[in-house]
This record gives sequence, structure tokens and C-alpha cells, in this order.
Amino acid sequence: MPKNQLKKKFRLGEVIAEKVVTIVAFFSLAMITLIFVFVFRETLPIFFSGNAEVSSVPVQIEQQETYGDEGIQEVAMQSKTSSHDNEGIASFDNLTGTTWQPVSGTPKFGIVPLVLGSFKVSLIAVLFAVPIAILAALFTSSFAPKWAKELMKPAIEILAGIPSVVIGFFALIVLASLIQNIFGYQYRLNAFVGGVALSFAVIPIIYSITEDAISRVPRSLTEASLALGASKWETALYVVLPAATPGIFAAVLLGIGRAFGETMIVLMATGNAAMLTASLFEPVRTMSATIGAEMAEVVFGETHYNVLFLIGSILFLFTFVLNAIAELFVRQRMMKKFQGI
Amino acid sequence: MNELKTKIRVENFNFYYDKKHALKNISMNVPEHRVTALIGPSGCGKSTFLRSLNRMNDLIEHTRCDGTVVVDNVNIYDEAIDVVELRKKVGMIFQRSNPFPKSIYDNVAYGPRINNIKEKKQLDEIVERSLIRAALWDEVKDDLSKSGLALSGGQQQRLCIARAVAVDPEILLMDEPASALDPLATTKIEELIHELKEKYTIVIVTHNMQQAARVSDFTAFFYMGEQIEFDETKKIFTMPGKKQTEDYITGRFG
Repeated sequence: MPKNQLKKKFRLGEVIAEKVVTIVAFFSLAMITLIFVFVFRETLPIFFSGNAEVSSVPVQIEQQETYGDEGIQEVAMQSKTSSHDNEGIASFDNLTGTTWQPVSGTPKFGIVPLVLGSFKVSLIAVLFAVPIAILAALFTSSFAPKWAKELMKPAIEILAGIPSVVIGFFALIVLASLIQNIFGYQYRLNAFVGGVALSFAVIPIIYSITEDAISRVPRSLTEASLALGASKWETALYVVLPAATPGIFAAVLLGIGRAFGETMIVLMATGNAAMLTASLFEPVRTMSATIGAEMAEVVFGETHYNVLFLIGSILFLFTFVLNAIAELFVRQRMMKKFQGI
Repeated sequence: MNELKTKIRVENFNFYYDKKHALKNISMNVPEHRVTALIGPSGCGKSTFLRSLNRMNDLIEHTRCDGTVVVDNVNIYDEAIDVVELRKKVGMIFQRSNPFPKSIYDNVAYGPRINNIKEKKQLDEIVERSLIRAALWDEVKDDLSKSGLALSGGQQQRLCIARAVAVDPEILLMDEPASALDPLATTKIEELIHELKEKYTIVIVTHNMQQAARVSDFTAFFYMGEQIEFDETKKIFTMPGKKQTEDYITGRFG
């Protein structure tokens, strides 16, 4: 064999393909980082200039905007009696307050009701979605005849593809009245309706990942259990589900993340009043819906604007932490435990 | 052969995968407390036959069978038979060891727990007895909470045997139990099979003819879905009655 046949060759196409793939991959990483940086940068003014100058809107009682009539007098009274306190700026006290009135004469940026609203709606959604999604996944992977499986899996996954505005619309028009007729509470749109509607968006996510996790449980384990004289149900409950636990845990975490971040459904179905109440049947306003509803009308660079970004940062951090837990804890620790490596 | 009690009586058994006729008119009397080996080339139907004995084939869609398999005077393909109860009586060891991703203790205790044995002391006894029977006790007794998957391949397979005997079966079906193991672990499993036949009736599928010769009392030779010959192992390996059997054993085909 001639020696130069084994000589290193320069393959241009391969080099270009490799570089393009690398650049694209790092580009998406850069995008995420930049979004991260941007959101936090817009939040920062709250923390670094926490004094009255931040609020660029002069307090003029005659021109103020409020959400309700009774608010005008209340706010007018307050600003007369306490014109030198911290209201109107994004101080720590104001931010942790219980009232969200960002465009009143003395703006109140209490995000507590919003945070609570997000948790409340997400909790309801997850409580609905988790059992339904897991049982459905168990059914399609362990019990369903082939035709039912082939019908149900795509059907539920199509649910994930329904635009959330359509789900929100459905909740607003149909579901809200339906649930109100059943329970007979006062407010047609409330946390409960929002949570139920939100579960439609969460179910397919949890279902699909859980189904994958269950299908990945080796058939040999199922056979071993059945060969020991366990029934199908016992096998599913004591062998298949435990072996799929890491995947199911990750599915639930991602479902919570989705519920927390989902905007359109909750904007349409929860009634959007920032009320601090423990009741499930009163309107709530979530963090995501607040951003969705107010960002378009806010004055650029003003305190309200910064506070909305603060809310965005909180949402961002929350989902980031959830994903990190799903990744680190589930992939590394639970996999080890359940797969015994 | 007459003095031996028959444990499993198979008569005119046929099995079909969709349109493929996988087992053709099999008839065989499996004697109690003996090891019966099923040999033959890949795809000859020996594993299918083994899985028919505890109706594991029920799990595969588009299969059907006819004929009878009688275990202790009961036709196990009778409609009134509870498959779950049948499988408690007829245990199975698979080709690849498949311990649950649980501790050694929980692996062995799984079957008894399914059978509603809840008491800790009773479970402890069953686990110890089963592990002793599977010749694994001495190696794991100090670390029963360790994951079953952390054991070596041979130990895992013995754990599976312990798990199977924990539900007190009468018959053990083994589907090439040593094919994924090294020679040392294989020897251990073979010795174990020898001991187990005191208590159980064993049917074993094997690719390894030396193994069949070493562990079994009776041997059935399968070829293309048919049972060519069934006789005492000694006879099959020294003076087989059929030309095909002889050809296979001497390595002329298969």
C-alpha cells in the first residue's frame, strides 16, 4: 500500500458541518444566558436605588387612576395623611405588602397576593393533573389493549398541542359556568376554575413523560413479577411504578413548572383580582398573568416596569430551580437508588 | 420410567404465533422430582414450550394453542383456571437475571408479601430459608438491605432462584439460566439445580449440551417445532434413537 494513502486528509464538508452544529448549539446557550441577564438587569434598579427618585410619576391626586371607585377616596386619604412614607416606591416593605395597586396615586407593589395566587392555582392544577395523568399513563402502558393505547396516547399528546388561549377560552365560556352550577359559589371566575383549566395544559406533560418512564421499565421485571404469581395490578403497583419513580418525579416537577409559568389560561379563567384570601373559590391574580396583563401598558423604565421584571425573575428562578432539581436529584440520585448502580 | 410419578402431562399440544405453527403436537410426561432438559437449535420452540407450562405466553398478543397440559391432574388451559394461582405453583427463572430494583430482602420477600404474609418474623424466616436454598445466604446474610442489582451476575441469578422458591412452587421452569454467566457461576447454578430437584420438579431449557448431560435426568430434543425424541438423558446422549438427535448432539447441525 502506498504510504500517502494513509495520510491525513482534509475533509472540508465535515469540518464545516461540525462547526455549524457547534455554533448553533452555543447560540441557543447564549440566547438563554442573554434572556437571563436581561431579565435580572431590568430588575436591578429596585435594589440599587431604593429611594423616592425611582418613582418618576408625580403624585397628583386629581389625575390618579385606580381600579375601583372606592379606591380613589381611600388612596386620596392615605396620601394626604402619609405623604412622606415609603409608598409609591419599590421598597422592601412595599414589595412584601399585601396590596397590588401598581397604577394608583401611591402605587402599591405588594407581590404577596400574586405569589400566593400562583401557588394556589398551580397547586389546584397539579392536584388535578397528577393523579389523572399518572393513572392514564399506567392504563395505556400496562393495561390497555393495543387499539386503546394507540388511540389514547396520541389523543392526550394532542391536548398538549392545543393553544393555551383556546383552553382559556373554553374555561372562560364553558367550564366556569359548569363548575359554578355544580358548587354554587359567588364568583364565576376564580382560582378553582383557573386551576382546573390549567390542569388541561399540565396533564399531557406529566402523562407523556410518565408514560415514557413506565414504558422504559424492562419487560423482564414485569415478567418476573407475573411469574411469581402477582396479578397485573400488583405488578403495576409494586414493580412498575416504583421502578419508574425517577421519571414520574421528573414529570411532576416539569408539570409544576408549566403550571407556574402558564399565562394565558390563568389570565382568562381566574378573574384576575389580586386578592389575599385562602378561599379557592375567589378570584386570584397570578404572577404570570400580572406580567401578561400589565407589561404592555407600563411606562418604560419606571418602578412598575421594574417590579414586573422582578416578578419575572421570581418565576424564572422558580422554574430554574425546579428543572435543576429534576435534573440533578432525579437523574443522579434517584436513578442510582432505583437502578441500584 | 414407570416407577416415576408424572408431574406434568402434555398431550397433543400445539402453539401458534399468529400464523406460525411454533409447536407441533407435543406430548411428554415430565416426571416429578427430576430435571428434564429441553435441547435443540435456536427457534426450535423449546422456550415457547417452557413458557406454555406456566402460561407466560398468554402475555403475547395474537397467540393461540390447543391440546392439554395437565399439572397434578388439572388441565392448566381449562377456562376455570386462575393463571395467577397457577404461576405461584409453577415458578420461572429467566435467561437474563432480572432482580427487582429493590433490596435483596425485598426481592425475596416480594412473592410472600403478594400472598399477604405481612408478619416480619415470618418474612425473615422465608427470606433466610429461600436464600439458603438458593445457596446465596452465606454471601449476602450481612447485607440484606443492599440492592439486588449490586450483586454479581451469578449471584443475581441465584437471587432470582431464591425469589422464585420463596412462594413455595412445586415446579421450577428455567429458561437458559446460566447462559449469561461465566463458567464458575455456571457450575454453582448447576450444583444448585442438583440440590433443588429434591424438592421441586425442574424443567430447564439449555443451549449447552454438556450442561444438559450434566444436570438432567431426562432430555427432550426439539427441532422445528417438533419433539423429535424424549428419553432418559443417559440414553439420549449415548445411543439416541433418532438420526436427527444424534446429528445434533454430535454437532453435525444446529
